Amino acid sequence: MKHLLSTRDLSAASALRLLDVAEEMSAVGEREIKKLPALRGRTVVNLFFEDSTRTRISFEAAAKRLSADVINFAVKGSSVSKGESLKDTAQTLEAMSADAVVIRHPASGAPARLAASDWIDAAVINAGDGTHEHPTQALLDAFTLRRHWARIGGTPSAGTTLAGMKVLIVGDVLHSRVARSNVWLLTTLGAEVLLAGPPTLLPVGIGSWPCTVFYDLDEAIAQRPDAVMMLRLQAERMNAAFFPSTREYSRRWGFDDGRLALLDIMGLDDTVIMHPGPMNRGLEISAAADSPRSTILAQVRNGVSVRMAALYLLLSGDPHDDEPRDDETHSLPHDLPIPEGRTTR
Amino acid sequence: MTDTTQHATSTEYLIRHASILGKTSADLLLRDGRIAAVGDTAAAQASPSAVTIDATGLVALPGMVDLHTHLREPGREDAETVETGSRAAALGGFTAIHAMANSSPVADTAGVVEQVHSLGLASGWVDVRPVGAVTVGLGGERLAELGAMAESRATVRVFSDDGVCVHDPVLMRRALEYVKAFDGVIAQHAQEPRLTEGAQMNEGDVSAVLGLTGWPAVAEESIVARDVLLAQHVGSRLHVCHVSTAGSVEIIRWAKARGVDVTAEVTPHHLLLTDELVRSYDPVYKVNPPLRTADDVQALREALADGTIDVVGTDHAPHPSEHKDCEWAQAAMGMTGLETALSVVQHAMVETGLLDWEGFARVTSVIPARIGRLHDQGRELVAGEPAHLILVDPAARWTVDPAAMATKGRNSPFRGLELPGSVRATFYAGHATVLDGALATPRQVAPAREAAAWTR
Repeated sequence: MKHLLSTRDLSAASALRLLDVAEEMSAVGEREIKKLPALRGRTVVNLFFEDSTRTRISFEAAAKRLSADVINFAVKGSSVSKGESLKDTAQTLEAMSADAVVIRHPASGAPARLAASDWIDAAVINAGDGTHEHPTQALLDAFTLRRHWARIGGTPSAGTTLAGMKVLIVGDVLHSRVARSNVWLLTTLGAEVLLAGPPTLLPVGIGSWPCTVFYDLDEAIAQRPDAVMMLRLQAERMNAAFFPSTREYSRRWGFDDGRLALLDIMGLDDTVIMHPGPMNRGLEISAAADSPRSTILAQVRNGVSVRMAALYLLLSGDPHDDEPRDDETHSLPHDLPIPEGRTTR
Repeated sequence: MTDTTQHATSTEYLIRHASILGKTSADLLLRDGRIAAVGDTAAAQASPSAVTIDATGLVALPGMVDLHTHLREPGREDAETVETGSRAAALGGFTAIHAMANSSPVADTAGVVEQVHSLGLASGWVDVRPVGAVTVGLGGERLAELGAMAESRATVRVFSDDGVCVHDPVLMRRALEYVKAFDGVIAQHAQEPRLTEGAQMNEGDVSAVLGLTGWPAVAEESIVARDVLLAQHVGSRLHVCHVSTAGSVEIIRWAKARGVDVTAEVTPHHLLLTDELVRSYDPVYKVNPPLRTADDVQALREALADGTIDVVGTDHAPHPSEHKDCEWAQAAMGMTGLETALSVVQHAMVETGLLDWEGFARVTSVIPARIGRLHDQGRELVAGEPAHLILVDPAARWTVDPAAMATKGRNSPFRGLELPGSVRATFYAGHATVLDGALATPRQVAPAREAAAWTR
C-alpha cells in the first residue's frame, strides 16, 4: 500500500491489517509515555485546504506519537479562485522532502490526483476529499464497531471482522464522504449496511451500492441494527430544496429522544449510536449523543490509533503488503517495534 | 459564400489508383482547384508537369467538414490560434471548420466574425467558417446582430452560443424564427442550466461513487425536446450540438419522424469513451456534455449509422496545460479532437460495420457542409467539382501522442490509444495542405480576391 485514498479499493486483508495494527497502536496510547520511535526522522505534512481542526489534530497526534516531524500547512481561502495551485503546492512539499502528505481538500478526487501525478513522490493519505471519501474516518468507525462487536461476542477484537453486524447510516448520504467510505469498508469487513435519508439526499446511482435503502428512519430501525450512525447535516442544504425545513428533517430523520427510547422498547440493548462529529444537536441528533449507547468520544480516541496505523504502514513499508493471504488476516502484526515503556503481558 | 476554387494554385496532381469512397479504384486529376477528371482518362489528360501520387490502398474521401471547432482566437491565443487550429484540421483531414463563437471578445458582431474569417484566409490550411453568437456576449438575454453577421464577409450561416445553452424559451424561439431570413441555423448547446449547476460529470452509478456533482441526462433531453417542438412550431431549422444521451436520440428520432427540420451532431469522444474513465479523476476526461455510459455510446453509434444523428462534429476544445493539471472540479471542460476524429470514427463506426466509407463521407463531409450551407464542400468526387478531398490509409495503425500534435492543446483523451486510419494527404481547393501524412504548405490566397470581397 503506497497511498490511502479510499476504502473502496481497500481489500479485506489490508483493512484488517490496518485495524489490527491500530489495536497495537491503541495500547501505546494507554501507556504513560505515548510514543514510538517508528517514524523518527520522517516528515508528515498535514495539507489542509479546508478547515478541520478535529481531523488535523488527530493526524498530528498520530504522527507525533510515532516520532515523525509534523508540518501543518493550511491553505486559506478557496484554492479554486486564488492562490497557489495544487500542483505548485505539491511540488513545494516535494522539494521539502515530505515523506507523507495528509490532505484535506474540498474537491473530490484531489488526493487521487496528487497520488497519480508526478508532482510529488510522498505517500498520500486522504483526510477527506469533497463528497468522495474519508477513509480514516471509516477505519476509526470500523475499529470502534469491531471492538463493540467483539466485546459482545466475548472475544478479543484483533483479527475479527464485522460479519453478522447490521449498521444503519442515516442522513445526507449524497454529500457525505463519511457515508461513502463506511459503505465500502463496512461491507468489505462483512457487515450489512442499511441507509436511510430523504430521497433528495441519496445519490442517483445508489441502486448499485451493496446496501438496503430506506426513506423512513423508523422502518430502518425496525430492521434491528446493531449500530446507528448519524451523519452531519448542513442546514444550508435547505436552501437548495433538499428538504423543506430543519424541523421537518429533524422529525423524520433526526435521532431524537423518542427514537432513543424506541431502541430500549425494542430490546436493542447493545445497539450503539455513532456520529463522526461535529454534531448539530437538535438537528440530526439529540441527547442520544450523551447516552451510554453513544460511541462518539471513543470514535475520537480511536481516530488517533487508526491514523497511527495508516501512517506506520504507509511509511515503514509493510512487508505483507503485496500478497495479502487469508491466513495473515487473522494474525497479529509481528513486525511492530516494541513501544517504549511497554511490558509484555 | 466564398468560392474557394478561385485563384487556385497551379500545381496539378494525378492521384493513381485511389479507392473512391472505399469502392472502385480510379485515378483522379486535380487541376486549377477542381477535379479535372476521374477514371481512365485522368492520366491521359494530365500535363507532363503533374505531380503523381500513388494512392494504391488509400481511400479517397471528400474533405471533412467540422461544424464544431474551438479555435480560441481572439482572446486565448495561448490555448489555440486560427493558424495552429487550422493546421491541426488539415492534418486531421478537414478542408472546412466552423469556429465557435465563444472567443474573447465573443463572435457576436460582424467585426469579430470578419476578423476570424480573415485569419482563416491568411492561414490558408482550411476554409475557416466563423459561427456567430446567438446572443450578445453569450449572455442569453438579447439577440446578437445575426443579420449583420450573415451579411458580413464571413457570410455566417451557423449561429450558436455553444458552451452556454440558449435556455430562455422565448429567446430561442425568436432566434429560430429570425435566422430564417437568411437561411441560417441555430446550433443549440442543450443543457438546462438549473439542472446542471456545478455539474462535474454524468450523473449515475459512477458519480454516486466518486462524489462528483452529476450532470443528468434529463438536463440535455428536456432542452432537446423543447427545441424540436419550438422548431416545429415556427418551421425553422435546428441543429443539436454534441448529442450525448440515448434519450436525446429517441427524441430526435421522434422529431424527424414528425417532419421537424432538425439535424444532430455527435462528437468522436462520445462515440468511444464512457464515464468509467472519470474514476481516474484525470481532468483530460472532463468535457461538456460529459462522457456518458456504455449504453449511451451504443445508442449514439446506432443513431449515427441510421441517420438519426446526421453528423460528426469534433468539439475540438484545446486548453493550456494549467487548466488540466489540477483537481477535477477546477479543471476546464473540453478535449482536442481534430487530429483524432477520423481515426476514432473509423474505429467506432467503420470497423464495427456500422458505416462504410460512403457513410463516413456522409456524416463527416456531405451533411455537415449542407447544414453549414458550404456549397463547395462535401461534394461528390466527380469531374468538375471543387477539389476538396483527402486520401486515407485505412490499414494504418498509430498510437496517439498529444505532444506530437499540431494543435496547441495537449488534452487528448485518446492519449496512448492505438487507433486505425491515417490521413495521408489533404487537398484544399486542389492545393495539397498535407502530403505523406505531414503538413505541406498553406494555400495562398491572391490579395486581389480579398479586395474584391470588400467591395462586393
